Amino acid sequence: MFYRENGQFKTSYRADQQIFAIAQDRVAVLALIAFAFAVVPFVASEYLFAAILIPFVIMSLAALGLNILVGYCGQISLGGAAFMAVGAYGAYNFVMRMPGIPLVLAMLLGGVCAAAFGVVFGLPSLRIKGLYLAVATLAAQFFADWLFLRIKWFTLDSASGAVAVSGLSILGIPLESSPAKYLFCLTVLAVLGLASKNLVRGAIGREWMAIRDMDVAAAVIGIRPMYAKLTAFAVSSFILGVAGVLWGFFYLGSWEPAAFSLDISLKLLFMIIIGGLGSIMGSMFGAAFIIILPIVLTRVLPWFASLLHVQITTTAATHAEFIIFGMLIVWFLIVEPHGLARLWSTGKQKMRLWPFPH
Amino acid sequence: MGFFLETLISGLMTGMLYALVALGFVLIFKASSVFNFAQGVMVLFAALAMARLAEWIPQWTGIESKVLANVLAFIGAALLMFLVAWLVERLALRHLVNQSETTLLMATLGIAYFLEGVGQTVFGGDIYKIDIGMPKDPIFVLKGLFDGGLLVDPEDLVAACIAAALVALLALFFQKTTTGRALRAVADDHQAAQSVGIPLSRIWVIVWCVAGVAALVAGMVWGSKLGVQFSLSTLALRALPVVILGGLTSVPGAIVGGLIIGASEKLSEVFLGPFVGGGIEIWFAYVLALVFLLFRPQGLFGEKIIDRV
Amino acid sequence: MNQVASQTIAVGADPAGAEGQNWSRKIGEVILEARNISLRFGGVRALTDISFDVREHEIRSIIGPNGAGKSSMLNCINGVYTPTEGSITFRGKTFSHMNSRQVAEMGVARTFQNLALFKGMSVLDNIMSGRNLKIKSNLFLQALRIGPAEREEIRHREFVEHIIDFLEIQAHRKTPVGQLPYGLQKRVDLGRALAMEPQVLLLDEPMAGMNVEEKQDMSRFILDVNDEFGTTIVLIEHDMGVVMDISDRVVVLDYGKKIGDGAPDEVRANEDVIRAYLGAGH
Repeated sequence: MFYRENGQFKTSYRADQQIFAIAQDRVAVLALIAFAFAVVPFVASEYLFAAILIPFVIMSLAALGLNILVGYCGQISLGGAAFMAVGAYGAYNFVMRMPGIPLVLAMLLGGVCAAAFGVVFGLPSLRIKGLYLAVATLAAQFFADWLFLRIKWFTLDSASGAVAVSGLSILGIPLESSPAKYLFCLTVLAVLGLASKNLVRGAIGREWMAIRDMDVAAAVIGIRPMYAKLTAFAVSSFILGVAGVLWGFFYLGSWEPAAFSLDISLKLLFMIIIGGLGSIMGSMFGAAFIIILPIVLTRVLPWFASLLHVQITTTAATHAEFIIFGMLIVWFLIVEPHGLARLWSTGKQKMRLWPFPH
Repeated sequence: MGFFLETLISGLMTGMLYALVALGFVLIFKASSVFNFAQGVMVLFAALAMARLAEWIPQWTGIESKVLANVLAFIGAALLMFLVAWLVERLALRHLVNQSETTLLMATLGIAYFLEGVGQTVFGGDIYKIDIGMPKDPIFVLKGLFDGGLLVDPEDLVAACIAAALVALLALFFQKTTTGRALRAVADDHQAAQSVGIPLSRIWVIVWCVAGVAALVAGMVWGSKLGVQFSLSTLALRALPVVILGGLTSVPGAIVGGLIIGASEKLSEVFLGPFVGGGIEIWFAYVLALVFLLFRPQGLFGEKIIDRV
Repeated sequence: MNQVASQTIAVGADPAGAEGQNWSRKIGEVILEARNISLRFGGVRALTDISFDVREHEIRSIIGPNGAGKSSMLNCINGVYTPTEGSITFRGKTFSHMNSRQVAEMGVARTFQNLALFKGMSVLDNIMSGRNLKIKSNLFLQALRIGPAEREEIRHREFVEHIIDFLEIQAHRKTPVGQLPYGLQKRVDLGRALAMEPQVLLLDEPMAGMNVEEKQDMSRFILDVNDEFGTTIVLIEHDMGVVMDISDRVVVLDYGKKIGDGAPDEVRANEDVIRAYLGAGH
């Protein structure tokens, strides 16, 4: 009843092609953005920032980056964290070797390094497809693992590959407090998210989706598979690189190569599968799910155990988390293989018709 | 020269051990087009089961003979893997029949997390031993040709023979038995196989059982060598380049791929590694497999991927 | 279709064509020629020494029993297959092998027998993807989506909307293509090919699986495209009635060899053709 598009007529193509074509959607999203920028920094607790909000914002960006490659262009990649690592260590090198460089510039340069790395490791996709490509992308992952551990130049000769940053500021404003970090990350997410949405609904986005859906037919209508695939790798890696910078600089503070391990790559893949492939919003849903789930489990399990009057050790709790996480993944994939984004759009469909059933 | 040969032989044998793990991947992919990311965890799970059962069976039944205890433990672990196979098919695979490759891959990842949690809860998280009487003392061969002879690890040698025997058995199974033929039909075309009355779900259970036994053998061999611990599950990551190099659908490919990867890994680490800081084994194997794929995108023996318009 | 649209859109069209009626178009010189094309897959000879030409603005049909090699012939023209022997000449330039993108750039578009639509995208997006060759703005401009990138997108959207009007699929423009009935999907396939503003349109069994009404609609679209834009049409079709009705000339293939070539009536009376279709016993 409230969600109908009745009366919303579009009189220009421009209006028809807006990101949020339905007025109610526009209002809701603007309200959400306003809330996220203006209200949250003042009301959220320190714990909320550290444990949920900041990781959520950064991982949404990373998931978005990976979704461009996997969801929109159809190239399965198991090496997402490698690109984050290249971004993080790249930006670190710029900051350390060029003192005084603006933070934003260092961040963008980190992204560019990641993009270059992505294009190089994306070249095989021109010949290799499907699961073979997925496994081949692990080459990027393990190479990055090794590079930052063994090649001392990248870590300024740190013995274990561990590095740290501090004293971050932008335009003279220090970014030490949690709300400040949160706002900076959120701004980056908003800017890159908008740019991604524009790319994805434009010509290059259609090229990516054409390659995903049927690359032989795509060649016949004049799309160059090489250009499409390599730009997908480049854009995706750039975003992942920037997310890596944020993750290292603003969430971890100090890190070593293991912070960007295969585990993170797989988590990213979970996020976009559960959130929804080929959906910007889905990336954020997925990130929220994967970040919040372990926290919920660590809270719920002991409480549940106490209900049954059973003492549960931390190791046992960790094991139980694994079991439940595994089961949830499989269950979710059975119930909604297209992810939370599909659930969301189905929900909206029902909202359109409410209070009628069909 | 002698040192080079030693490294080569050691690498080839390690390669056979990788092939053991790779076999599990290939079997499951061949019959159900599922890339089983949980294979590594299955190896760990099976090894844990066998290790612990070998400890517990004497405690429960008072049997003294270690050989008997080991045999019973092996059988027990195998039965457990059959149960896992049945559960996986029943609860997961059956409901994911027409989903995309990526979805199925993620599902096996979920299964991996699940098995890891269950394994550690039921069997414990420490390091355990599997002692099946493998010879540990190094032996020296070709003493006549090389000064002092070439060092060969007998444990690896025995393991390589076990792997070869398993492969031969599987090859016989696929080619000569009716179930084997049914498996090959399913691997070719699910729907066509169904339409001639081959029960898909039963075939999948059988395949996962066979893969489970392959995992058990791999776990037994590796566990005897390294001890049964968490790192066994990451072993599968070392075996992945073998799978894609050999071709996702080829059993002989797993062997050939294993030999190539095993040898190159060892040789590159020993001869190239010192120049670049060491520790290059793991990515070298992947990059090598990747280079091969550039020339043959379907692996050495894999089926060509045909796109029809 | 309105005249305004046909004047702004038609590229490579013969201005004289817009004036003509169905059957008295000005058919031009040879625009496409296949010379001694042979195609082998391992031991299978799909095509053996096929030669024929196509004149500008005509409707040329390729017919023949199943398995005769018609789609393979189209695939050779289109760059999807590389012929084992022989060459293709397009507007005087000869190629022994082409890649699909070159062919698309030269102005050859095609539809597919089994519909190679992008199932995950909407009708609008599918047809828009046909405009890709003409879109000039680069990655950064598209990311910003202001000014030139936005204007270009809207320009192409207008063009595609004309095609959507022409094919009468307005109601479905936002629907994901995979959800449409077969007949409509075939129209989208045609729309995507038209979006490329082709000089030559290769149609691979555009009427397969259609009922009488749908066939009439599709015939009308094909004739209109040929009429209004002067597009040369190479058509594979099984329905003899349609072929005889709309074609200017016909090529007949059987077991990968050419057994007939000429006007529809000539071909219909050709002994070899009759034997191929009815079997040697008759």
